[in-house]
Amino acid sequence: MTTTTFEASAVVAGRAQSQTMRRAARRRRIITAVAAGIFSIALMFWTLLPIYNIIMVSFEGHNDVFSGNLFPSYPSTEGYWVVFTEGYWYLANFWHQFGNSIYVGAATTFLTLAIASAASFSISRMRINHGWLISNAALLTYVIPASFLAIPFYRIMQIYGLTNNLWSVIAAEVTFATPYAMFIFQQYGRSIPMELDESARIDGASPIQIYFRIYLPLMAPALVAVGTYALLLAWNEYLYQFLLLSDKRSMTVPVALAQFLNSDEAPWNYMMATAVVYALPPIFVYYWFRRKMTSGLTMGGVKG
Amino acid sequence: MADGTQVLPNRAAVATQPNLAGRLRSRFWRGHLQGSEYAWALAFCVPYILVFFVFVVYPVAFGIWMGSEPKLYTQLFSDPIYEMTLVNTAIYLGVAINLKMFCALLLSGFFMRPGWWNKALLMIFVLPWAVPSLPVFISIHWLLNGEFGLLNNLIYDVFHITAPDWLTSRWTALGSAMLSHIWKWMPFWTVILLAGRMAIPSEIKDAAKVDGATGIRSFIHVSFPLLANLYLICTLLSTIFSLGDFNTIYFVTGGGPADTTHVLATLGIRYAFDLAEPRLGVAAVISALPLLIPLVIILMRKFRTSQVQL
Repeated sequence: MTTTTFEASAVVAGRAQSQTMRRAARRRRIITAVAAGIFSIALMFWTLLPIYNIIMVSFEGHNDVFSGNLFPSYPSTEGYWVVFTEGYWYLANFWHQFGNSIYVGAATTFLTLAIASAASFSISRMRINHGWLISNAALLTYVIPASFLAIPFYRIMQIYGLTNNLWSVIAAEVTFATPYAMFIFQQYGRSIPMELDESARIDGASPIQIYFRIYLPLMAPALVAVGTYALLLAWNEYLYQFLLLSDKRSMTVPVALAQFLNSDEAPWNYMMATAVVYALPPIFVYYWFRRKMTSGLTMGGVKG
Repeated sequence: MADGTQVLPNRAAVATQPNLAGRLRSRFWRGHLQGSEYAWALAFCVPYILVFFVFVVYPVAFGIWMGSEPKLYTQLFSDPIYEMTLVNTAIYLGVAINLKMFCALLLSGFFMRPGWWNKALLMIFVLPWAVPSLPVFISIHWLLNGEFGLLNNLIYDVFHITAPDWLTSRWTALGSAMLSHIWKWMPFWTVILLAGRMAIPSEIKDAAKVDGATGIRSFIHVSFPLLANLYLICTLLSTIFSLGDFNTIYFVTGGGPADTTHVLATLGIRYAFDLAEPRLGVAAVISALPLLIPLVIILMRKFRTSQVQL
């Protein structure tokens, strides 16, 4: 809007015009801001309603659950107290089961990182012959829905006598976490110059030394992203844990939580308190590693 | 550390002689891996190959063997619940996935707006993705309870009308499950598409702006064509993942009322574990292959041709 070369009258007219334009623009900006504000509130409501429901019910007293209030009339921490002291028969082994979940998560994370990073090293750094076959096999596994393999997997574990054994679950989780891990590792590995490996090789480093001293340290960001992914996958997964673990002592938390639904009059406040205790660790892990997670996810695509 | 000090001079020396570097590379790494190196490379691969054969190939083969009797399929196709399940699965995939992806696409545009408020909103918006699916689906199940659920009480308090009992009729129950799926997974795809939008160089948009393309026209003619491939890959992936989505239906509707809202993933498990007919369950899953295999082939081809660099 350069008015410098215009004649005086044109300048005046232009000024008036630009003033109305500016006013219209401001009105439009206000309308946009208000619309965005209303939309934001609606979005918050949509996002937080189920989560509010969990928290609200978890703070309700035993008689409050079937009252249909929007807010607990007498907020109580009874539910949490029962969870912490294992004071209900569905929760009798809660802390043991919590430990099982941690065990499964840690083992899945470690094995996924070890197996996938070793295979990726061999394929993309050592360039083993026909390595693309292995990559494609992994990619194919990535796109098979895990629940479709559940029945044969269960039968096989039954034949091996591994049901009610945490290692059967760990095997399943590792199987479904490694393909994504290899995908990410191979994508990320491209940013590490090949010359590093070569010069180490010339200096007499063996492949295993290159793997531990050069490859793994440089892959640290990808390892963190994939490790978080594997940990959350193992912690959150339900179907395989439900099918493979039915014994009270070998159960993990999600299986114990879903057990509540078997009873006719479920104590919803205990159940929701259990749900909160179960959901908090992954939320913390998620927000802690969020930046790395998202960069990892956006690095290679996709999987929730 | 000792390695590190030696690496740099050698690297420089190699780099100054490109021919030598090329020869060394092919000799040491690309071509034939010699003796012990080949053994090492193989050793690094073996754990994954074992996992693949023992836990993927073997179960797949076992499943195909389990579901290989033709009479299973006549039994399956004569089951009215199976027919309903097919319709449900088609609706679930066709409507919920596309609605979710389209909303995610629009929302990713919304979250491109600058300002701390938007960043804070995004942090809250991704919460469903961070929460494990089991607790929230159980919560939604209780939330939608006609008598004691939060939603109907809220509707009654605000509008003074009695809302229907969402989970006791087939279509509202299926709709609830679809909305639950959208609630849980939309944030994830929004973040992916947001990253895709951020990767579009701002020069392109600025140039379009100079040419008069703003707002909706900028989206249709500039952003969307650049995002189209990513959007397609995301939709395909989401369709495949959702075909195997067990938790949503299982916990939100439980397949009910009267087994009218099953999808293939939950029906297979129902046959195998509630009715103790694992072969029939496998057959139900195998009957999804005519849909799954073409999707996988298209997706694999997309993956190969367009490097998914988001």
